[in-house]
Amino acid sequence: MIFEHAANAVIPHPLPDTWQVDAAAQLGADEELVSWAEQDLDNRLHFGTGLLLLTNQRLLSKPAGQTGWLNFPFRAGLVLSQHDHAGVAALELHDSTGRLALWRYTLANSPAALRLIDQFQQQLQSVLTGDPVQPPKKNLCPKCKGELNADTEECPVCSREIHQPPSTWTLLRLWRFAKPYQGQLLAGFLLMLGSTAATLVAPYLTMPLMDKVLIPFQNGEHIQPEIVAFYLAGMLGAAMVSWSLGWAKTYILALVSERISADLRTTTYEHLLQLSLEYFGGKRTGDLMSRIGSESDRISVFLSLHALDFITDVLMLLMTTVILFSINPWLALATLLPLPVIAWMIHLVRDRLRTGFEKIDRTWSEVTSVLADTIPGIRVVKAFAQETREAARFRDANKHNLLINDKLNKVWSLFSPTVSLLTDMGLLVVWAFGIWLIAHHNVTVGTLTAFLAYIGRFYGRLDSMSRIVSVTQKAAAAAKRIFDILDHVSNVPEPTKPIALGPVKGEIELRNIRFRYGNRAVIKNLALTIKPGEMVGLVGHSGSGKSTLVNLICRFYDVSEGAILLDGTDIRSLTVSSFRRNIGLVLQEPFLFFGTIAENIAYGKPDASREEIIAAARAAHAHEFILRLPLGYDSLVGERGQGLSGGERQRISIARALLIDPRILILDEATSSVDTETEKEIQKALDNLVRGRTTIAIAHRLSTLRQADRLVVMDRGEIVEVGPHNELMAREGAYYRLYEAQARNVDTDPDDSE
Amino acid sequence: MTQPKFQLQRNAFGRLVLESADAGRYEGVVPVRAFPVADPGAGISLINTDGHEVGWVDRLSDLPESQRLLIEEELASREFMPQLQQLIAVSSFATPSTWTVRTDRGPTTLVLKGEEDIRRLGRDGLLVLDSHGIQFLIRDLSKLDKTSRRLLDRFL
Ligand SMILES: Nc1ncnc2c1ncn2[C@@H]1O[C@H](COP(=O)(O)OP(=O)(O)OP(=O)(O)O)[C@@H](O)[C@H]1O
Ligand SMILES: [Mg+2]
Repeated sequence: MIFEHAANAVIPHPLPDTWQVDAAAQLGADEELVSWAEQDLDNRLHFGTGLLLLTNQRLLSKPAGQTGWLNFPFRAGLVLSQHDHAGVAALELHDSTGRLALWRYTLANSPAALRLIDQFQQQLQSVLTGDPVQPPKKNLCPKCKGELNADTEECPVCSREIHQPPSTWTLLRLWRFAKPYQGQLLAGFLLMLGSTAATLVAPYLTMPLMDKVLIPFQNGEHIQPEIVAFYLAGMLGAAMVSWSLGWAKTYILALVSERISADLRTTTYEHLLQLSLEYFGGKRTGDLMSRIGSESDRISVFLSLHALDFITDVLMLLMTTVILFSINPWLALATLLPLPVIAWMIHLVRDRLRTGFEKIDRTWSEVTSVLADTIPGIRVVKAFAQETREAARFRDANKHNLLINDKLNKVWSLFSPTVSLLTDMGLLVVWAFGIWLIAHHNVTVGTLTAFLAYIGRFYGRLDSMSRIVSVTQKAAAAAKRIFDILDHVSNVPEPTKPIALGPVKGEIELRNIRFRYGNRAVIKNLALTIKPGEMVGLVGHSGSGKSTLVNLICRFYDVSEGAILLDGTDIRSLTVSSFRRNIGLVLQEPFLFFGTIAENIAYGKPDASREEIIAAARAAHAHEFILRLPLGYDSLVGERGQGLSGGERQRISIARALLIDPRILILDEATSSVDTETEKEIQKALDNLVRGRTTIAIAHRLSTLRQADRLVVMDRGEIVEVGPHNELMAREGAYYRLYEAQARNVDTDPDDSE
Repeated sequence: MTQPKFQLQRNAFGRLVLESADAGRYEGVVPVRAFPVADPGAGISLINTDGHEVGWVDRLSDLPESQRLLIEEELASREFMPQLQQLIAVSSFATPSTWTVRTDRGPTTLVLKGEEDIRRLGRDGLLVLDSHGIQFLIRDLSKLDKTSRRLLDRFL
């Protein structure tokens, strides 16, 4: 019997097949399955499977690690709730006297559990009151509460986890980049065919030269100069043709491969810029730099040099084989005998070399990572006199690199000589068999010479062909690491059908949002609506999640659950750039790019006029100090804004935010590094600018937030108080305590005073 | 051996309750290890629901039996860092890759999203972060069997 679902189930999530029989046996005749959740941990936190079933009458469970079923009929006072910690979630069932049951599972099962909790409340309510369960008005995603299309079951926002490993034929995927150059590639290939064929003419001509000229001469006949001249001219002609075709081919294909790798580089970088902050958080700068820089170069070298040579070799091999067989099949067979042996050898070593090269790549980016870590942090390194330690770290990384190279070279160094040895043995076989055939008058001396001339080349190429194994593996490893970036889907994906964003009023609604960095819950079920033009001050202890909230509103990260709406539209359904264009952001750690001050201020609006730039700088109280610099607005600021003080940098980043005239202004500790005097001035300027814009300001110095319409006090990811200054002071709650603490010791940071 | 300045017990809701003369009474305290990897037995902090420390234990072994059991029980139910004992198979050497593994908490599978989710811990330890945020610990790489090491090696 196939288990049918209750008609009023919100979203048809079918029960997994493995549970069908068990579940069916438990349910009574008039009982309907409403929801279910799987459990993958038992209560001792060992892996095991269990199941929770919610019907219209009760909650049923076969807990992991136990054999029997638990049974909780609906009654008043039952509460089902979930909490999680360090990647493990727990679902608890209580009544007023105590805990009745506890289920644990990993976060993988959390969506199903949340669905079950939702349904549990509705069903329980309906049983207690006798009212039928309200069918959901809209098809809502149980996880993010976003609306679903009528015809889809999966929420487009929540169901975007991909666990598909990229295929091993990574290099073939480069075709995507080669396709625009199809024409040139075809031309190059034809030229290659021609030039390879031309190189094979010369050995062929040795045959008649030997049999018709030299051997008869040894037997006492005269050499006919015109025949000799004819053959030699043929050889010369073939060489000339092969030279010119080879030149054209190499030129065309080198151009193409250089372009392919340039395209690859830009595409990868463009893709990288689209990825979310989360991606950058987990990566090291040095590693990303080496992937985009040197590894795309390695692919280019591979394509223009090694792959090209290899294809030429294969063509030559095929043509030679055909020629040899057409001259003498038996001798040809003997010549080709060592080939399979060599192929087998190559196969044997292949795996080892590939892993080796992948490893070398990784240690190589470890080496660059040390550099990328240390150079930006050089002031800290020097301040704590840790130069020797950093040097040692670099030396260690290098040593590691050496170690792995040495290991690989052991296999590698054995490989080439072995191939040479095998080819030499192959030559011996041909000599021996050839002499035997001549002795039995089956072939002429000329044929044997031609064979030897052919296979001299042919075996010589085998040696270099075997090298293709390693370079292909190297290139494949490089390609894989580049495609790792390209395959990464942004965690803040662009919507497939973006909603056009009209003029923005600036209302921001946070609808029951939750957020975690990895398994660490930082924002917990937070709800807040900010009216258009309202100024909200965010306060709270350090680490309470203020900056995180700002990151979420700017969509640097996407919420784990819940939704953020701008003027009633989910920000996930807007294109990221159209959304961010409306936000002016001043970050806690201001970042300046290498360039002039004017360029830095105009970063968000490169076509801004001088007047606009100056107006923004004035508003941010940066104008005067900029003019004090020797080159005024044309002064160059170094990477990371070296050469400017912290407060100066902050004012430039305020000017940057003001210049784009955003509807929404977000100030994350925008004035934390300026003196009180300057702060007051900036504050005055900000007061004008804030008017009419939705503003979210974070400040530790609470006095800065006097202008705010409302203050939002956060504590450990939750809102504890909301209201205007006076009201909160009157309430004598969390805000009052923060404020008092600051008023008492003006000089100390509020965080220190717990 | 110092007597702790507090008393612990478990209430009907399954929560730990801490009572001490100078700090007061706290319901729902949570024990947290200060060095879960480097030295799990040393330094246990008891955190109240506001996130403030209300008790500290230098070494678990210093506590009286009943108190120690309570803390250990609570830790056991909260701490989840399975120790990876064997890699049985991996779906691919390119990430994301699904690993079939044996841990001290039974066999399971995990999805490794990227190589950077394997972090080095000290000299020979590794921490493997799966796609759902579970941390799998390998205390000593050299103690794994050869096959596991060979498989793991491909990701290092
Ligand atoms: N990228 C990250 N990965 C993991 N945890 C993070 C990350 N960024 C912040 N956190 C954690 O999230 C919590 C909230 O951080 P957040 O930066 O939002 O605090 P904040 O309220 O802005 O503090 P402050 O006033 O010091 O700026 C902190 O406990 C922090 O350790
Ligand atoms: Mg902050």
